[in-house]
Amino acid sequence: MEKKLVKCNINGKDVETYVDVRASLTDMLRNDYRLTSVKKGCEVGECGACNVIIDGECYNSCIYLAVWAEGKHIRTLESLLGPNGELSDIQQAFVDEAAVQCGFCTPGFIMTSVEILESGKEYTRDELRKRLSGHLCRCTGYENIINAVENTMKKRLGKA
Amino acid sequence: MVVGKSVKRVDAIDKVTGKARYTDDLADKSALIVKIYHSTIAHGMVTSIDTSAAEAIPGVVKVLTCFDVPDRPFPTAGHPWSIDPHHQDVADRLLLNKHVRYYGDDVAVVIAEDEVAADQGLRALKVEYEELPFVLDVQEAMKDGAPQLHENFKNNILGRTNYEIGNFEEAIQEPGLVKIEGWYNTPVVQHCHIENHICYAEEQAGKIVIVSSTQIPHIVRRICGQALGLPWGSVRLIKPYIGGGFGNKQDALYEPLCGYCCQMVGGRLVKLDVSREETFISNRVRHAIRYHIVTYARPDGRFVARQMEAYSNQGGYASHGHGICAKGAGAFKQIYVDEKATKVDAYTVFTNLPAAGAMRAYGIPQVSFAIESSVEDAAKVLGIDSIKLREMNMMPVGYVDAFSKNCNYFDSLNQCIAKGKAYLDYDRLHAEYAKQTGPIRRGVGMAIFWYNTAVWPIALEASSCRMLMNQDGSVQLHICETEIGQGADTVFAQMVADTVGIPMEKVHVVSTQDTDITPFGTSAYASRQTYVAGFAIHNIGTQLKNKLLNYASYLTGKPSEEIDIVEGRVVDKSSGELLMSIEELATTALYSTEQAEQFSAEGTTQIKSNAYSFGCGFVEVEVDIPMCKVKLLRMINVHDCGRLINPQLAEAQVHGGMSMAIGYGMGEQLLFDPKTGRPLNNNLLDYKLSTTMDHCDLKAEFVENFEPTSPFGTKALGEPPACPGAPAIRNAILNATGVAVNQTPMTPHILFERFKEEGLL
Amino acid sequence: MYDFSALYEATSVQNAVELMQAHPSAVLIAGGSDVLIKMREGKLAGTELISLYKLDELREVTMDPDGALRIGPMTSFSHATKSPLLQQYMPVLGEAADTVGGPQLRNIGTLGGNICNGVTSADTASSQVAYDAMLEITGPAGMRKISIHDFYKGVGKVDLQPGELLTAILIPKESYENCYGYYIKYAMRNAMDIATIGCSVNVVLSADKKTIERMRISYGVAGPVPMRARSAEAAVNGQPVSEATIELVGNAVLNDVNPRTSWRASADFRKQIISETARRGLRAAVERAGGVF
Repeated sequence: MEKKLVKCNINGKDVETYVDVRASLTDMLRNDYRLTSVKKGCEVGECGACNVIIDGECYNSCIYLAVWAEGKHIRTLESLLGPNGELSDIQQAFVDEAAVQCGFCTPGFIMTSVEILESGKEYTRDELRKRLSGHLCRCTGYENIINAVENTMKKRLGKA
Repeated sequence: MVVGKSVKRVDAIDKVTGKARYTDDLADKSALIVKIYHSTIAHGMVTSIDTSAAEAIPGVVKVLTCFDVPDRPFPTAGHPWSIDPHHQDVADRLLLNKHVRYYGDDVAVVIAEDEVAADQGLRALKVEYEELPFVLDVQEAMKDGAPQLHENFKNNILGRTNYEIGNFEEAIQEPGLVKIEGWYNTPVVQHCHIENHICYAEEQAGKIVIVSSTQIPHIVRRICGQALGLPWGSVRLIKPYIGGGFGNKQDALYEPLCGYCCQMVGGRLVKLDVSREETFISNRVRHAIRYHIVTYARPDGRFVARQMEAYSNQGGYASHGHGICAKGAGAFKQIYVDEKATKVDAYTVFTNLPAAGAMRAYGIPQVSFAIESSVEDAAKVLGIDSIKLREMNMMPVGYVDAFSKNCNYFDSLNQCIAKGKAYLDYDRLHAEYAKQTGPIRRGVGMAIFWYNTAVWPIALEASSCRMLMNQDGSVQLHICETEIGQGADTVFAQMVADTVGIPMEKVHVVSTQDTDITPFGTSAYASRQTYVAGFAIHNIGTQLKNKLLNYASYLTGKPSEEIDIVEGRVVDKSSGELLMSIEELATTALYSTEQAEQFSAEGTTQIKSNAYSFGCGFVEVEVDIPMCKVKLLRMINVHDCGRLINPQLAEAQVHGGMSMAIGYGMGEQLLFDPKTGRPLNNNLLDYKLSTTMDHCDLKAEFVENFEPTSPFGTKALGEPPACPGAPAIRNAILNATGVAVNQTPMTPHILFERFKEEGLL
Repeated sequence: MYDFSALYEATSVQNAVELMQAHPSAVLIAGGSDVLIKMREGKLAGTELISLYKLDELREVTMDPDGALRIGPMTSFSHATKSPLLQQYMPVLGEAADTVGGPQLRNIGTLGGNICNGVTSADTASSQVAYDAMLEITGPAGMRKISIHDFYKGVGKVDLQPGELLTAILIPKESYENCYGYYIKYAMRNAMDIATIGCSVNVVLSADKKTIERMRISYGVAGPVPMRARSAEAAVNGQPVSEATIELVGNAVLNDVNPRTSWRASADFRKQIISETARRGLRAAVERAGGVF
């Protein structure tokens, strides 16, 4: 099958590789770059486990062709750690609020949380529910996930 | 001491950084891909499969069909094996099937270099069938002349539980009794763990090594041995982190087939990654159970006699079988106690639906819906407050079950109910809401439940573990009770720390179970792990501590009874004086040229007890009658699961169960075309798993009565949170509208029909 | 990995037309949230794809000199919601777009894709229908303009000839001027769902806000394609802002619709929701327009 050179920036680094044109972005990130935080839960854009940030917006990478990544800036969960391996505030909040159980939906949820937090806006709890609604979780009832995002948002806005 | 504290999960950092590796993350890219051809009829015989076109596709390595596999039936249920043939699970499975028993049954596999070639291979298979009549309804399947699914199971009846306590016919003759009767239906639902089942297999060192997303590595190893005709030690099963299980992965799913495919390609690495659509249909589902409950009560509310019939839809294969329905049958006589008589007749019946197995709370969500609906209906007919009616009839303090020997030591149910009532201001709202008119109304409802902890005395309860001390005084814990998201590794670490006397950060729980290394245990099911592993950890940890004390005694010359280990410090028991650090002790012992010893302890701890776990759920809803919609406003579960080992994780566990109950009550149901048996909604768009926007805030509270049989005072919490939600929602809708809905899920479609019937629309 | 046989990435509208002519059996892919899912189900396996993803010139929302809103069909749902022009002149379209699936899907799915796949449940289609959108279609013979009402030909069928693609959605000024709309998505879940019924209502009130001068109401899933309820519109036009008019619309829409029974919902249930969403949708639109009941 035809391969195509895809140049993009992943987690702050310019990279390029030849990918099968039939590959999804999930395939490319997992197989070519070993970014295994990008999970496969349904492969039709319903569960949100493969969510990554592309040019500042969240996408389910399972229904995004790898070749479309040409020239894009892509961020996965692996990008969040500080230079010395420090957890980012939202990762720490997921730990502190017990927002993690089996952990399979966690990377996707955190990346959407990053998009929410980077907007710099304050959202009500119902608005947060809406902004997180593209992710399914079977373990947590979402309760502590919403708490983690809400608390981090308030801290960043100096309201906690 | 760390037991009882909300310490952070030991796996949390790996899981928030993407370092936690799940099965697919570990599989080498070189793996051949296995894809399964599923039957496109609900019942029939495969007469031929033309594989030639599939085999001609570039990249297809091998096609295996139901005509190739050994005729070696095996069971799949994740139960402990029994050496008594009468207690063994029904062995009704083959790796691939000529006789297909549901739409989606496994018929053939294509093994290919990549997934596209494997998919193309599947589409190129030409399968011919001789179709047989099929039956989807449980009671239809029991009738004479119904299609038969398995030999030796007349009228498709896989199992039956019937009992009569007292004399029912005589009891109901009492003058003045009020009869309340209802049929209650529960749906086929699926576990929907976010990681689908996946496994890969390779031959190494003459063994089949299978890495799998399973809850039960040792059990799956045994089943693979049985299915492949291999000595059990020739199978090595490895379980890394898994993305949820909820009982679906408490079955051998595709590990045996994956192992077989590996054997058939010369031991090469093969990977079987199950799609979401397959997970819904070709793994396991929760039993749909239909109940008929008749209650005879005195006008004052006392239950004199009750009768329950239950019809449990097993689907095409036995899996966990009748155990689920039987558990509900047992609950019926325990959660409420009739004054004179109780009569139960419960069946589990094969039909041409997907095989039903274990799913969180093993029959209790189903029977709780029926029982708690029937009690609410009775309260309405009798004109008595339903909580008062419950209090009058529910399991009394001091009750002991004759079979399990479980005792209701405390007044747990009343204590839980009191907290739930207070949270919602239930009594006031219930009275107020009953008077409403208009299109949008509110309601409150509640339900109680009962649960057992672990499986004794029905089956074996034992846990083996091994503790190995390192030079630095830290301990590796090897145990086969598995982390599946619930936080098992964390509470085990807490228990080890307190038992041995070391800080929690010195406990390394080996999270990956590997049957070549991990001692035998039956793993994650039946809300057993914290309870059962608690005994094992306490026992082995105490043995390890005794070895440490003996060695410290040898080093110091003090009698071991005068020494203690506290927070990693070896101290004089009476004075508290530091004798040495645990590091010093462990290093000295390991490198001693006089008497070298690595401190270790290992063994099996068998338990012959069980414990009642109780609780309740309360909910407030808003019903929009013209829109046929229910909105959750507030929801609380209150549990007595004994002493909380980790309150924060316990709370999180309850949230998850409540969420599952919301789906069970309001949205989730697998649908099948009645004309063909074909699944209609086996994907996450059409199967309505609830989202963040379908939930209200969830509240969890606890009553902590120290469970006397457990060294840590703990008992079941894993499954119980899923029990009371659906009937509580149902009873809240009843309070709001006066309309009783006797089936879950209470979707807008069902509400529309019921509101029309009752004249609200 | 998707099972397609070739991928051609269009670099311009003209290039897309050429690619379609060169590969007549190829399927167009915009955001992919429809095509890729079908492909994974095996429905389009082995086909050739022409990707429009890089056609950024089709991602803008602008205003034509005659005041018509010009919506690039590659505009994602979320960008429609954020578009200042739409927020000012036709917020209902952005609001409807904000009900599609979930947040990630709204970033990839496009307004053009939502109508070109010919699906009746498309959340943004009913508002386009209710605003009498005009569609600009470009093909080998150049550009043509048709009404959205003529575009829908049947279930999954739209008026796109070989070599043609949708290049603009136009909302005429007379449709949005002084007009206030409201969209109700009725689905089984509050997110990640397809509409059981979608209802888009808009009104122009008299200067004194007491009379409904013009109402337009359209539905998704009330028939095989998104549709206007024209007899209901006729019945309501000129009626006073009143409870009686609300009741009237709820009953009148039933004369226009033709929902079917499927495993997803019965026709009777859909009719109940069609009636109720008409009442609620009209009330909300009138209130937005400044009407008081």
